[in-house]
Amino acid sequence: MKTLEKHRYDVVVIGAGGAGLRAAVEAREAGLRVAIVCKSLFGKAHTVMAEGGAAASMGNVNDKDNWQVHFRDTMRGGKFLNNYRMAELHAKESPDRIWELEVWGALFDRTKEGKISQRNFGGHEYPRLAHVGDRTGLELIRTMQQRIVALQQIDAKENGDAESHIKVFAELTITEILKEGNKIAGAYGYWRENGNEVLFEAPAVIIATGGVGKTFKITSNSWEGTGDGHALALKSGANLIDMEFLQFHPTGMVWPPSVRGILVTESVRGEGGILTNSLGERFMFKYIPSVFKEMYADNEEEADRWYLDQDNNRRPPELLPRDEVARAINSEVKAGRGTQHGGVFLDVSKRLPAEVIKKRLPSMWHQFFELAGVDITKEAMEVGPTCHYVMGGVEVEPDTAAAVGVPGLFAAGEVAGGMHGSNRLGGNSLSDLLVFGRRAGMGAAAYVKNNSGSSVSDSAIAAAAARIEAPFTKTGGENAYSLHAELQEVTHNLVGIIRTGKEVEEAIEKIATIRARSANVAVVGDRKFNPGFHLAFDLDNMLLVAESTAKSALLREESRGGHTRDDFPGMNSKWRQVNHVSNFDGNKVNVKAQPLVTLSKELFELFDVHELEKYMTQEEIVKGGSN
Amino acid sequence: MATGVFSSSRAKIKERTLRTDRWWLQPAITFTVLFSFVIYATFRAFENKYYFAEPLISPFYSPCLTTACIEGSSLLGQPFNNKYFGIGISPALFILIFPLGFRMTCYYYRKAYYRSFWFSPPACAVAEPHEKYTGETRAPLIIQNAHRWFFYAGLVFNVILTYDAILALRNPEKQWGHLSVGTLVLLFSASMLWMYSLSCHTCRHTIGGRLKHFSKHPIRYKAWTWVSILNHKHPTFAWISLFAVAFADIYVRQVASGAWTNFYLF
Amino acid sequence: MSRKLKLRIWRGDATDGGLKNVEVEVNEGEVVLDVIHRVQATQMGDLAVRWNCKAGKCGSCSMEINGKPRLACMTQVASFPEDEEITITPLRAFPVIKDLVTDVSFNYKKAMEIPSYEHPAELKPGEARMAQVDVERSQEFRKCIECFLCQDVCHVVRDHEENKKSFAGPRFFIRIAELDMHPLDRLKNRKQKAQEEHGLGMCNITKCCTEVCPEHIRITDNAIIPMKERVVDVKYDPVRWLGAKIRKREGIV
Repeated sequence: MKTLEKHRYDVVVIGAGGAGLRAAVEAREAGLRVAIVCKSLFGKAHTVMAEGGAAASMGNVNDKDNWQVHFRDTMRGGKFLNNYRMAELHAKESPDRIWELEVWGALFDRTKEGKISQRNFGGHEYPRLAHVGDRTGLELIRTMQQRIVALQQIDAKENGDAESHIKVFAELTITEILKEGNKIAGAYGYWRENGNEVLFEAPAVIIATGGVGKTFKITSNSWEGTGDGHALALKSGANLIDMEFLQFHPTGMVWPPSVRGILVTESVRGEGGILTNSLGERFMFKYIPSVFKEMYADNEEEADRWYLDQDNNRRPPELLPRDEVARAINSEVKAGRGTQHGGVFLDVSKRLPAEVIKKRLPSMWHQFFELAGVDITKEAMEVGPTCHYVMGGVEVEPDTAAAVGVPGLFAAGEVAGGMHGSNRLGGNSLSDLLVFGRRAGMGAAAYVKNNSGSSVSDSAIAAAAARIEAPFTKTGGENAYSLHAELQEVTHNLVGIIRTGKEVEEAIEKIATIRARSANVAVVGDRKFNPGFHLAFDLDNMLLVAESTAKSALLREESRGGHTRDDFPGMNSKWRQVNHVSNFDGNKVNVKAQPLVTLSKELFELFDVHELEKYMTQEEIVKGGSN
Repeated sequence: MATGVFSSSRAKIKERTLRTDRWWLQPAITFTVLFSFVIYATFRAFENKYYFAEPLISPFYSPCLTTACIEGSSLLGQPFNNKYFGIGISPALFILIFPLGFRMTCYYYRKAYYRSFWFSPPACAVAEPHEKYTGETRAPLIIQNAHRWFFYAGLVFNVILTYDAILALRNPEKQWGHLSVGTLVLLFSASMLWMYSLSCHTCRHTIGGRLKHFSKHPIRYKAWTWVSILNHKHPTFAWISLFAVAFADIYVRQVASGAWTNFYLF
Repeated sequence: MSRKLKLRIWRGDATDGGLKNVEVEVNEGEVVLDVIHRVQATQMGDLAVRWNCKAGKCGSCSMEINGKPRLACMTQVASFPEDEEITITPLRAFPVIKDLVTDVSFNYKKAMEIPSYEHPAELKPGEARMAQVDVERSQEFRKCIECFLCQDVCHVVRDHEENKKSFAGPRFFIRIAELDMHPLDRLKNRKQKAQEEHGLGMCNITKCCTEVCPEHIRITDNAIIPMKERVVDVKYDPVRWLGAKIRKREGIV
């Protein structure tokens, strides 16, 4: 029997995307010893895929912008289901988080005065997205990666060991979060390289594992998006909220197959790209919801003028919030006006000269040309909804990012719920992970000060080890690959972009069956870098996430943001007053409704009452927010 | 002990390369052409005749600086003897070091000859045959850092050769206002040399590349963007100018030896 | 439209290994990574391969395809003749772990050796002003996705294991260039360090790094050669050295 590899840290950060790295930097700067654990190599996280930019009301391009406007846009985008306090913190702190990146060496595109340039994006009233061409996510992750290196260099100089305060454990999977009593005591996992097990003892764990896209068949997420953090949190006693809300990006590539699922950034539409159906109609004008009538052009002439004069024209409907666009595309395809591969056309080639497209959308152009031989300066793209982002996630205290109900557990970034309500605005995720990544780091630091943590009991270690060994003890059991494929089929068809009660019920049954079979997953080969072995654990996580999503979706009898019920097409103010909260009893996920925290009076007054009438009940309006 | 791709920690693959394309073709062509040029240039440098035919002078011999230079060919006087220690020295040998040095230290030619002559490496992802490698960190290759001095010298030569081409706007009786095939040959050769020099990496650095803030030097920045465009084509200019100079020399040699007649357009 | 494709995939670990023949289905428009995944799902469940975004943005699926360092997600099967078999091996400059996965920790060690960006202390967050023309050069280098193909192809370390100690490699030369050209970076001796500590002089500019870069960063022309020229400015150019002494600019440190 080999001796178990053991580490002791003040905080373990699971996930090395934007939120995880930002949390690690903050925790380290507060004096904590930090372990960063990630499934991939350091610097490869899904954050690199974010293209458009990071929303922050710096007002560099339009000085009318401020945090209040950003807050209003975020609440509107989320259809007022957002945790208002999170939206408020986010809107207030985003500019500082962006500026701070510059101090660490980030190089954003500039305005003429030399400030950080900001671009327009769906749902944002003013140009607000700090960006670097269309590779903003890469810039963020690289900057923070380099910030961590800088901190390690300081440690090396001061105490001779670069890894004395921050150590990155790359290609390591966490299978369990460990508790002693009701408090966090550490985490358990294995090295992907050789399957050797590792124990982390720490009083605080920050989950920053990102999304759940791999639960679905067509997704922009990489293999890592398997909902690990969601599932780990559930299993350790935390709650998930809003799991019915998933963002299907309206424009993912549907053809050719080598680029299927890959996002076509909203900036393609921001730069003038238009959506047409197989009849050649620019169909978005038919889908402007009444709440947006005053802000979006209802004719092509005005829409086209907007690109030249934004003060005196309404915006083109192609720039509606993404759920509206996704729904419009879905309706067109269902009505038989889609392309033969089930999408619609998105064309920028007839709107701008080739050089301009290559300059403004360089990696878009380069990516499709190289990956699939599609030249977006010459031809239209075939696009359709692809699973992109989960609004739901761990229920947290807004100010500290502490998971509700589990002392010592924190969550930030996509894995945390509440911030985006029922629908996230483009550009808000990059700023979200900076703002709440930092807050999670601070929250953990404050917590660790008063909680030194206890060592993990031998029985807990033995149980965790037994679970890792389990798939090797089975012979002739289920194949993880085919179970995963079955799950994806179920979720995509039955709890996908458009849902009905009957289908969701069917999904819940099927997921339960797959889950029962998954207990019997067997693995071929040994522990050494074995993808079949890795998938066995990911599968378990995805099943819990799918169950939580399906059960939440069944309860919510309305359509709002990232949740569309064909049998309940409208938005209903009654449903705006509740979140759906999932917890796990060891066997199954239970979902119940929980009243939403009321908007504070101060924030309530930022809105026009007539606008609020579209979302809120008369009693709420009369009450005028809480104190 | 095995090193490189055959080191013990690397994946056990016995082939030096698994490339399936004709990776050897490019270095083979480069070697053949460059080697032919070296042979020809050496022969011509020592030949010490047929380099001048009024008004044409071979770029290999201009400026002609020894006391043995043919009358009319010494633009900048004759500061050197034609013999030292009893050995006759061709006037070409006093000057060729400069254009030769410019090309030897050129960032493009370095790639070309390191690959095709020295196999270091012969092509990308093809294991090189050498046991040890120290690059340009020590003598003699540390001299590559002197590229800029050869660049400056090259500019002087460009001026001289351009002047030679202008002088060729005369007839053999030194009357102005004539144009021969020889004039065009010299003009082409001189202008290609200018393009080669202007597209050079050192030129790009000098003109603006070394600046930290382009925004504070708008004119140098503009010049840098132009040079950068030319710099993309530096390998092309390197080859064209090489052929152009060689051909100018061949042409003058043929005219001077009487094999060809320099045809006058007017 | 699908057809059968013949592959030779290297399988093994640090102790031993070799090329294994596989036949697998391939569809129109697929890339090599799609095919590898099919092999994994249908024939070799434990075939180790690193990948992530499958969109050429993360730089994880670096391997050698027909002997050339490439990203598997960016290599279209249709770019090879139909009747030819395709050979896939792990990167050959780094220690192999298993199958197509190599130990790339060399690169992270080198990253640690490059001095970090130094922001002017007097500039508070939000006060920095930089012109677009001044950030563009460094922005090109920040496109790097750290696939380490340039590090893999560079003969200085690929063919000479012993040089790994003293040579940072193309990826980190562009990092040094990025910082040296950063309009606000305050650290002064990057050029000297590039030459003396990071092995810039080892590079003989044979340009393979530029050839394999999936982001089309012009590593040699825009980073390495300009850095070599900047090194000459401070180390090998007496005129500029003298000028620097007199005008109290950055000189030989």
